Amino acid sequence: MDWGFILERSFSAMIGPEVVVYALAAVGLNVHFGYTGLMNFGQVGFMAAGAYGVGVSVFWLGWNFWVGIVFAFVYAGVLALLLGLPTLRLRADYLSLVTIAASETIRLLARSRVMQPITGGVEGVNQFAGPFYDLSPFELGKFYSFGPFKYLGRDVWVLLVGWTLLIMITLMVRQVMRSPWGRTLRAIREDEDAARALGKNVYFYKMQSLMFGGMIGAVAGVLQVIQKSSVQADTFNPVITFTIWTILIIGGPGRVWSPIVGASIYWTLIVFVENTLRQLPPGLRATLEDSIQLSDFNIAMLRFILVGGGLLLLARFRPQGIFGSREEMALDRR
Amino acid sequence: MPTNSRWARAIATIGLAVGLGVTAGSGQAQAQVSDDLGVIGTLQYTDATGTKVFVAGVELSIADVGGATSDKDGFFRISVPVPGEYSITLNTATLPVGVTLKDPERANLVALVSENADQRVIFPLITADSVVSVSESNFSVRRISQLTLEGLKLGLYLAMAAIGLSLIFGTTGLVNFAHAELITWGTLMAYFFNIYGLVGTFGFFSVLPPPFGGGVNFIVATLLATIMGGVLGFVLNRVIFRPARASGVSLLAQMVMTIGLSILLRYLFVYFFGSRYRVYNEYASQRANEFLGIELTSRDAAAMVVSVIILIAVGIGLNLTRTGRAMRAVSDNRDLAESSGINVERVISQVWIFGGALAALSGTFFGFDTVKWDIGARILLLVFAAVTLGGLGTSFGALVGALIVGVAINWSTLVIDTELKNMTALIVLILALLLRPQGILGKKQRIG
Amino acid sequence: MTVADQPILTAYGVVKTFGGLRAVDVDKLEIQRNKITALIGPNGAGKTTFFNLLTGFDQVDSGEITFDGAVITGTAPHRLAAKGMVRTFQLTKALAKLSTIENMKLGALDQRGEKFWAALFPSSWTKQEQAIEARADAILQRFNLTGMRDEYAGTMSGGQRKLLEMARALMTDPRLVMLDEPMAGVNPALAQSLLELIKLLPGEGRTVIFVEHNMDVVQEIADWVIVMAEGRIIAQGTPTEVKSNKTVIDAYLGAHHGEDLSQVDLA
Repeated sequence: MDWGFILERSFSAMIGPEVVVYALAAVGLNVHFGYTGLMNFGQVGFMAAGAYGVGVSVFWLGWNFWVGIVFAFVYAGVLALLLGLPTLRLRADYLSLVTIAASETIRLLARSRVMQPITGGVEGVNQFAGPFYDLSPFELGKFYSFGPFKYLGRDVWVLLVGWTLLIMITLMVRQVMRSPWGRTLRAIREDEDAARALGKNVYFYKMQSLMFGGMIGAVAGVLQVIQKSSVQADTFNPVITFTIWTILIIGGPGRVWSPIVGASIYWTLIVFVENTLRQLPPGLRATLEDSIQLSDFNIAMLRFILVGGGLLLLARFRPQGIFGSREEMALDRR
Repeated sequence: MPTNSRWARAIATIGLAVGLGVTAGSGQAQAQVSDDLGVIGTLQYTDATGTKVFVAGVELSIADVGGATSDKDGFFRISVPVPGEYSITLNTATLPVGVTLKDPERANLVALVSENADQRVIFPLITADSVVSVSESNFSVRRISQLTLEGLKLGLYLAMAAIGLSLIFGTTGLVNFAHAELITWGTLMAYFFNIYGLVGTFGFFSVLPPPFGGGVNFIVATLLATIMGGVLGFVLNRVIFRPARASGVSLLAQMVMTIGLSILLRYLFVYFFGSRYRVYNEYASQRANEFLGIELTSRDAAAMVVSVIILIAVGIGLNLTRTGRAMRAVSDNRDLAESSGINVERVISQVWIFGGALAALSGTFFGFDTVKWDIGARILLLVFAAVTLGGLGTSFGALVGALIVGVAINWSTLVIDTELKNMTALIVLILALLLRPQGILGKKQRIG
Repeated sequence: MTVADQPILTAYGVVKTFGGLRAVDVDKLEIQRNKITALIGPNGAGKTTFFNLLTGFDQVDSGEITFDGAVITGTAPHRLAAKGMVRTFQLTKALAKLSTIENMKLGALDQRGEKFWAALFPSSWTKQEQAIEARADAILQRFNLTGMRDEYAGTMSGGQRKLLEMARALMTDPRLVMLDEPMAGVNPALAQSLLELIKLLPGEGRTVIFVEHNMDVVQEIADWVIVMAEGRIIAQGTPTEVKSNKTVIDAYLGAHHGEDLSQVDLA
C-alpha cells in the first residue's frame, strides 16, 4: 500500500476544488436552513441552475462568458422566486417536497432528448470556460506543489479564485447575519408567529433568504462546471443535495464557518477511505470482493452509504453539529 | 411490558439480519457481473389484424463490442463496457421474409448509454400488410382510452404506495422520504424470492431444490415481499423512529433522518444488488390482450384487480376494524386519541407495518417491466404529488390523488414527450399547493 | 365626540366557524381607549380564537373589525403590528436561540438594517441600532431582566419568558397591547410585578386587552370585563358588576351556584 499517495490525495482533498464547490453550496443551504429554518431539499437544483445558466447561455446563445455568469445568478434567483411563491406561506415540509421535486425535474429536463439541442442532453455542454482559464497566471497543464498539497495548474487557478469567492461570500453572510436583517431571519427560524406579531413580513424575508441562498448555490454550480469544463445533467443528482446537508450538519447549522469545516472534513474522509480501499493489498482486496463485494463500483457507492448513514446519525444525535454544544441542543428540544 | 419490548427488539434484530442477509446472499448469486450496462430493445411489428408479433433470430451488433440475437420475445441485449455512445447495427438479412425496417435508411442507430442504465433502442419494423397507424391522430378516442387505462394502472399502484406515506404522516406528522426505499424493497424482495427461492434468498442453501433453493412462483414471491415490507416498516419504526420520538427529536430533524435513511438504503441496495436492470422470472414480457382497441396484458389486468381489491379492503379496514379506527383517530387528533385510551405508539407501529407492506406490494407491481435498485426513488415525486393533492394525512385522499396523478401523467404524453411525463407530477404538486394546499380531501386547518 | 372617546378597537358581527361549529359569534365589541379590558370565559369559550381574529392570525368568515377607526378585517398580522397593535401568545414565544437583548431589539419597528442591502453596510444602521439598544436596555431594566441581557432566551424560566415577551412587545411602541394569558405559569411574586407593569401602560397612552382565568387578577387591574361563553359575549361591565351578574354565574358555574365567584377557578 502506498501510504504516501493516499496521504497526498487526502491532503489535497482537504482544500481541493470539491471542498470549495460543496462549501459554497453549503453556505447557501446554511442561509436557508441554518439561519432561516427553511427545509430546502433541492440545493442541487440551484447548482444546476447556475451551471446550465452559464453553460447554455455561452454554448447555445453564444453569449460572452462573463455575461453568462451574471445570467446564471439571475436565473437561480428567478428559480428561487418561483419555488418560493407557492410554498413559503405553507408549513415547512411543503418547501422540502417542492424543492426536491423541482431539482429532480431540472435534471430530467436537462438530460431529455427534447432539450438536447439546448442543454446537450445526457452528454451536456463542454468547452465554454475558455475565457476563465485565459486569465490564469498558472500553466494549466503543469503540476504545482505547496507543502503537502499538489495540484494541476488549472486547478490552482480554480482554487485561487474559488477560495477567494468562498471567503468573500462567507464574510458577506457573516455580515448580513449580524445585522437586524439576519436577526429577523433567526427569529423566523425560532418562531414565525412571534416574528409576525412583531411586525415582520415573514413571507418576504423567507423569500429573500431563499433567493440569497439559492444564488450562492448557483455560484457553487458555476464554479463546479468551470472546474470540470463541462455541464452534465447527471452530476446534479438529488443525492448531492443531501451530501451538502451532511456537510452542513457536520459543521453545525447556523454557524458561519461550518460549511467550510464540514466540506473539508467530508472530502478528506471520503478521499482517504476510497483511496485506502483502492490501495488495499491484492490478497485482502480479493477476500473483500468475495465476502462483501468490494468492487471498484461499490467503493464509489460507499460514499453515498456513508452520506446516508452519517446524515441519519447526525440528525438523530448531533443536529447541532459535531462541534456544537449540548446546551444549544437542549434549547432546541425545550 | 418488558417482555413485549424484548420480543420486539429480538424481532427487529432478526429482521435486520434477514434484510442484510438477503441482499448479501443475492450478491453472490449475481456472479460478479462486470457488464452492468447495455443496449436493449424489443423487435416487434403489428400485423394486419393489429396483433403485435415479436421477431426472433435477428442479429444485432455493435462494432468492437459484441452482438446479440433477438429471442422469442423479440428481446435483445448487448452489454457494453463503459457509458458512452455506441452505434448499433441491425443485420437486415436476418429479418424474416416480408418483414422490413420501416425506414430502410435506419438499420444503424446511435445509442447513448449513460451510467447505471441500459439504453433502449427502437428499430421500427413493418410488414407489407402491416396496419399503418401513422395517420391516426394523437387525440383519438382509442389513444385517450389507452392512456386513461395506463393512468389508472399507475394510479392504483401509486395509491398503495401513497396510503402508507399518508398514514405515517397523519399519525406522526412526519413526511417519510424513505418511503421510496420501502417500495424498492418490495421490488427487490419479490425478485429474490422469485429467482432464488425461499431459503436461497437468505443466502444459504441455494443448492436445494425449488422452492427452497430455486425460485418460487411470482405470486408467492409477491406475498412474501409484502410480508417483508411489513417487517422492514416495523423494524425502521422500532429501531430508528420510535426511539427518536421518545427522546424528543424535532419533526424537522426526523425528516432529515428519513432522508439519510433513504440514501443509506438506496445505496445499500445498489451495493448489493448492482446497478444492472433485471427482470422477474415470470410475467416479464407478455402479449397484450386487446379489447375495443385498448391493450392490456393479463399480468397488468390481474395486478389492477388485486390493487382494487386491496384498496377496497384497506378502506373497509380503516373504517370498520378496531385497528383501522384507532389509526384514523390518531390521525385526526393524537392527544384526544391518547386521552381516550388508545395506545398511540402501538398504532404508529401498526401504521408502519401496514404502510411498509402496502409500499412493498406496490413495488412488486412497479417492477414488472424492470427491477431496478432505485425504482422507488424514481417515482417518489409521483407519490408526493399524489399525497399532497389528496391531502397529507388522509388515506382516501391519497387514493384520489394517486389516480388523478396517474391519469394526468399519462394524458400529458398527448402533448409532451413521454420522457418528460413525470414533470407533470411537479406541475400537479405546485398547482395543488397554490390552489388548495390542504389537498382535495384535506380538512381546512392551519397549514401555514 | 373627540378621538379620545372613540373606541380603539371594534368588532361587529364577527363569525368564525370550524367544521360547522361556531367558535366565535360576536355581535358587537368596543374597546375603550387607554383602559385595561379583561376577556374572560371558560375553556373553549373562543377567547383565543377571537384574539387570533382580532390580531389577524386567523381570518373571519364574516364581520368587520376596525382599529383606530380603520377597517382591518383580513389585514396581515405584521401590518397590524406596524399600525400599533401588538400581541403576545398563550404559549410563550421567547426565541430560544436569540439572546434576551436580541429578542428585545427584534421588536423595534422600521429598522433600516432589516433591509437586505442595507444589512451589508453597517454604517447605514449602526446609529439607529444603538438607539434601539438603549431603549431595549431601559425596558429590560423596568422588567427586571437586565441580569439575563446576554443569555439565550431559552435559558429563562417560564415566568421570565412571559416578562420578556411583554417587554419585547413594548419595543414596537404599541397603542394597543393584547396579552393572551399573561399570568399563566408565572409564580406569585413575579405575577405581582407583572401586574404592576401592566397597570402602568394606560398612563403611557396604551390600551390593554388581556385574556385571563384568575378572577382575582381581573378584579385587581381590569377597568372593564367582557365575558365570553360558547363563542358569544354573554356579559360585560365593571369587575364588580360582572362578579355579581346572574347570567354569568348561571351560564357556567352551575353546581357552584351561590359561591363567591372569586373563589372559583373559571378555567
